[in-house]
Amino acid sequence: MNKENNRFQDIGEFIPEPDDNIIICRCEEITKGEIRAAVHDGMYTITEIRRYLRCGMGLCQGQTCSKLVKNIVTREQRISYSDLEPATSRAPVRPIEMKVLGNEIGGTR
Amino acid sequence: MKRYDLIIIGAGPSGLSSAIEAAKRGLSVAIFDENSRPGGQLFKQIHKFFGSKEHRAKIRGFHIGEQLLKEADEAGVIVRLSTTVIGIYKDKEMVVRTEDAVEHYKADTIIVATGATENMVTFDGWTLPGVVGAGAAQTMMNLYGIKPGNKIMMLGSGNVGLVVSFQLLQAGCEVVAVVDAAPEIGGYGVHAAKIARCGIPFYLSHTIVKAEGEDRVKRVVISEVDSSFKPIEGTEKYFEVDTICMAVGLSPMSQLLKMAGCKMEDNPIKGGQVPVCNKYGETSIPGIYAAGDVSGIEEASSAMIEGRMAGILAAHHLGYCNEKEKNEQLAVLDKNLDSLRQGMFAPKNKGKKIETTEEEIPVARNLLKKGFLTEEEVERFLRVSPGTGVHPVIECSQNIPCNPCQDSCPNHCIKIGEKITSLPVIDKDNKCTGCGICVASCPGQAIFLVNENFKEGFASVTLPYEFLPLPVKGAKGMALGRNGEPMCEAEVVEVKSVKFYDHTNLLMIKVPKDMALKARFFKADTVI
Repeated sequence: MNKENNRFQDIGEFIPEPDDNIIICRCEEITKGEIRAAVHDGMYTITEIRRYLRCGMGLCQGQTCSKLVKNIVTREQRISYSDLEPATSRAPVRPIEMKVLGNEIGGTR
Repeated sequence: MKRYDLIIIGAGPSGLSSAIEAAKRGLSVAIFDENSRPGGQLFKQIHKFFGSKEHRAKIRGFHIGEQLLKEADEAGVIVRLSTTVIGIYKDKEMVVRTEDAVEHYKADTIIVATGATENMVTFDGWTLPGVVGAGAAQTMMNLYGIKPGNKIMMLGSGNVGLVVSFQLLQAGCEVVAVVDAAPEIGGYGVHAAKIARCGIPFYLSHTIVKAEGEDRVKRVVISEVDSSFKPIEGTEKYFEVDTICMAVGLSPMSQLLKMAGCKMEDNPIKGGQVPVCNKYGETSIPGIYAAGDVSGIEEASSAMIEGRMAGILAAHHLGYCNEKEKNEQLAVLDKNLDSLRQGMFAPKNKGKKIETTEEEIPVARNLLKKGFLTEEEVERFLRVSPGTGVHPVIECSQNIPCNPCQDSCPNHCIKIGEKITSLPVIDKDNKCTGCGICVASCPGQAIFLVNENFKEGFASVTLPYEFLPLPVKGAKGMALGRNGEPMCEAEVVEVKSVKFYDHTNLLMIKVPKDMALKARFFKADTVI
């Protein structure tokens, strides 16, 4: 799954669509139009989209929107769904309060 | 830092099954589950499972959950609830979060059995309160006793959509329709038939275009779609609803495996991002295994077998099980798993257009389009033995691995045989006594007892009934046909509720003789 992203591919201009204002990432309230526009701004990987817009970084950590975002991004890039590397998985895989993270038992102090 | 021979992430059917298998071979086993209750999806599965006896068929999901928990407890497995694994690191080191602290653990082997999460589809208004996942609605109803809403539209006609629709009816909700963009119903015909005879219509080749409302869903607009799934102008239909349930597929929750460094792949048939595994669940990292939905969306019965395989592999990896035993056990489990993956809905047949059953009978198309068998289709599949007394009518027309009916009849009237996907056949040499055990045992509620000569001019139909309030003897009402339409007046002549039936009541209704093969549900007259 290490396909190179072709950033030179012509993906055309950003053309507004009637459903651009549908919210895709509910936790961070990111719309379809914002995601599509981000691709035209040069964000070609899920990692870049995530850092640019914050979709997938909210409370559900992408559990609701991951597939939806990937579908929109690959469609905008005119590539197939499986050609895009999904988001990196790193700890913590569930949201965690700072006071809990700071209360470590059994680690090195 | 505490060390375990085996740490399992997820206390669902596959996690518990793998724990039992490993613990009984002597491993120290801990299961971590982020939920406050164990059992994964099992505890909200209030319907009877399919399969055969070894797959725990005929038993309701939550009972299977109870059995597994008991076995795990007896085997000495430690189950830590409200314990979320937040990361897997090098050398199988794990960090978990409990209520107010973070703890470190070391595992010698890990089984990831984290299951899956529900998919969503977007449409104008999908973020309004009242739009919920079907699984979430099921959890609300069956675990917390809360109705998700009053008037509900179900999007998705796979087994989840069909089964949850039935459970919504049982909870007292009104289901206005089941909608699916596909041209045919995706789940089992018997599940569709259960709700069709209650009057729920199917809108296939339709999709939701808009959910309307201010602070919650008030109305939904659906539209027919063309072969490219684009809405066709002018075909809009409007429904007043307060809830929209989405049963549009599941995605494996495989982030921990990815984090651990396992080789992953995007596999649409398996539901999305899954670890690259062999058929026993071994990932690319020795000592890390995947079992259940996280390795590929399937069902609880296959999850349990996959869990057992992973448990044996973990035991073998650490030297608690020798090569010979491992190979023998895996071969048995593989055969078991394979017997589930047969028939019309097998993963290998996904996407294929099936024209005839294994018995060369043309498939019942109306069942796939509307959710009920036409009279002609019933005749085609009829397994009715001629005779003057009561006899079973089995309305099972699809090859699914399932055979509780065969074992249920004390007189061996029903035969399926070695191949459990075969359609049941009534043995003409054996005599039906009308005991009704088959009616209560069929997980698809597809068996009826019919007696065309019940009384002068009247037939009796015994049907499975799992709703409250339970009608009483003498109750009068209407008999509904397979499509939910009222067919004729009917009177309840007997109600049988026996512990052995496990909450499937038997309702015997008296109908005009010519309605014997038409009347399939009962609706009591409401007392004014």
